[in-house]
Amino acid sequence: MTRKLGYREAMREAMHEALASDPRVFLMGEDVGRYGGTYAFSKGFLDEFGPERIRDTPLSELAFVGAGIGAALGGLRPIVEVMTVNFSLLALDQIVNTAALYRHMSGGQFSVPLVIRMATGAGRQVAAQHSHSLEGWYAHIPGIKVLAPATVEDARGMLAPALADPDPVVIFEHAGLFNLEGEVPDDCTVDIAGAKVRRGGTAVSIITYGGSLPKALAAAETLAAEGVDAEVVDLRVLRPLDTATIVASVAKCRRAVIVDEGWRSGSLAAEVMARIMENAFFELDAPVARVCSEEVPIPYARHLEEAALPQPEKIVAAVKGLFA
Amino acid sequence: MSAQVAQVELAPPPSGPVPYPREFSIQLLTDMVRIRRLEEKCAELYGAGKIRGFLHLYIGEEAVAAGALPALAPGDNVVATYREHGHALVRGMSMNAIMAEMYGKREGCARGRGGSMHLFDSATRLYGGNAIVGGGLPLATGLALAARMQHEDRVTACFFGDGAVAEGAFHESLNLAALWKLPVLFCCENNLYGMGTAIERAESQTDLCAKARSYDMPALSADGMDIVSAYETTKEAVAMIGQGPVFVEYRTYRYRAHSMFDAELYRQKAEVEEWKTRGPIHTFTARLKAEGKLTEEEFLALDARAAAEVAAAVAFAEAGTWEPVEDLLKDVHTP
Repeated sequence: MTRKLGYREAMREAMHEALASDPRVFLMGEDVGRYGGTYAFSKGFLDEFGPERIRDTPLSELAFVGAGIGAALGGLRPIVEVMTVNFSLLALDQIVNTAALYRHMSGGQFSVPLVIRMATGAGRQVAAQHSHSLEGWYAHIPGIKVLAPATVEDARGMLAPALADPDPVVIFEHAGLFNLEGEVPDDCTVDIAGAKVRRGGTAVSIITYGGSLPKALAAAETLAAEGVDAEVVDLRVLRPLDTATIVASVAKCRRAVIVDEGWRSGSLAAEVMARIMENAFFELDAPVARVCSEEVPIPYARHLEEAALPQPEKIVAAVKGLFA
Repeated sequence: MSAQVAQVELAPPPSGPVPYPREFSIQLLTDMVRIRRLEEKCAELYGAGKIRGFLHLYIGEEAVAAGALPALAPGDNVVATYREHGHALVRGMSMNAIMAEMYGKREGCARGRGGSMHLFDSATRLYGGNAIVGGGLPLATGLALAARMQHEDRVTACFFGDGAVAEGAFHESLNLAALWKLPVLFCCENNLYGMGTAIERAESQTDLCAKARSYDMPALSADGMDIVSAYETTKEAVAMIGQGPVFVEYRTYRYRAHSMFDAELYRQKAEVEEWKTRGPIHTFTARLKAEGKLTEEEFLALDARAAAEVAAAVAFAEAGTWEPVEDLLKDVHTP
């Protein structure tokens, strides 16, 4: 059986389930309590679970993310909500220098079972300091897992395996997806092991993640109407990358376009391209293309912001370029 | 500007009665001597190329770790810095495991992945060895949060230097710990220099206790060259923890360079010599002797035991093995 669910409600249900089923789980972040969560993901939680487990924090990203690491080392299973990836830069030291390193650096003595959730991405006219897409930066770091739930099913299902993971997991929730609706199975169990093919096809492999997934699917529909049967791969897990699924799709379609809201230089898209070169070079009938954000701070004005970001039309054009 | 620190008048050397039974007094002295002997050997081994990377010696500051840590319970948590050999040792890690780690051997506490700056020991609840100045403070705050939420009667002692006080992590962590009334003991080892920058060149307010008090937490200052003061002040602070975090400043001094790469251009030799008159080991030894709690023979015997422990640790590290390169990627993630 399936049911209709929104992305916000899916996240809320996932956290509710975690809080209700495991006393070690608690939620900590800015305005997660009385305010109900910046995006209303935790509305009503304070009344239900109390202020010990639904912790409003001061505007101290470094301290409360670090405190989440300490609490995880101390036996709890914290969900730390950072309002947006932009503010996570204030906590980067604790994530990169502590959470990611502790297990290896301690010779396996200390694991950090921490989940950090943060909103990411542009597209809402909130300007340069609220529009970063830095998933690729985080995916660079050994020691953390990086997830990008791009469907309602993943929004509902990824938190549980993330919390069960003995090591730090960072979840990127693209703000452009928050009003997404979808059908989810009643038993919404998903893995956090690899990529998924969201639309089967044979002519071109469009590889993407997060907020760009609906754009890639829209582009695939347009292409289908023009007789180009595109496959869409949702990476889902940005670290460790699922090379096998990428290579299988590219080997089948023989053409590939990577869609990544990150800036082009040093992007996750570049890493995906590199893996294709390493593993599927001789399967290709055309150079691999990519659609990334323009290398500019994301502007406020709507027309400029739209021009800066990957769009379905740009994806369609990139695909057509492979057949030119 | 003079390189001389703006410490107008150096306090007289620690003196006065040692208010402990003979056995405990000698334990305190022994731990200081063990740290000193261990680190003198480390400096020698560094010169010989046996220990590489960064090596930050605690020589001169031994009374802080050797005095503060006995005031904690075995179930308490300890978070330390990159100058933590003494803390690991006094907390109960074996000298063998410490030395082997500095050699980079598999028999080291972190199997050679951490080295001098990253000593970890789950058995004694030592959560590192942190080489980011101020990096341990948020972590300690979280450990204390976990203890309180799980109703564990556990203090988290977090050691850091005066340099960390300029970091945002210090201010954010003190605020959070005080706001949530968490059982953290913030232990500031004020050795008057953040690497080569004297405290008055780094802090608009050099009274570090005043900073802590501004977060509405009690702050105590100890003479970090006097192990009696370090122990008593820590004990007093731990007893106050029930109502929330407590800050302790240990006023101490580092005799050696910041690390082995430091040419010490920022301070005068006379200043170091002056501080040596307040040396934690020789002043405490003299006090114990004056009280008849220690004879010269007993001192020589405990010093010889410490030297023998060091020699055994070196032999252990020398005989240690290298972790196979095939294990390089092990423990990036939990298997």
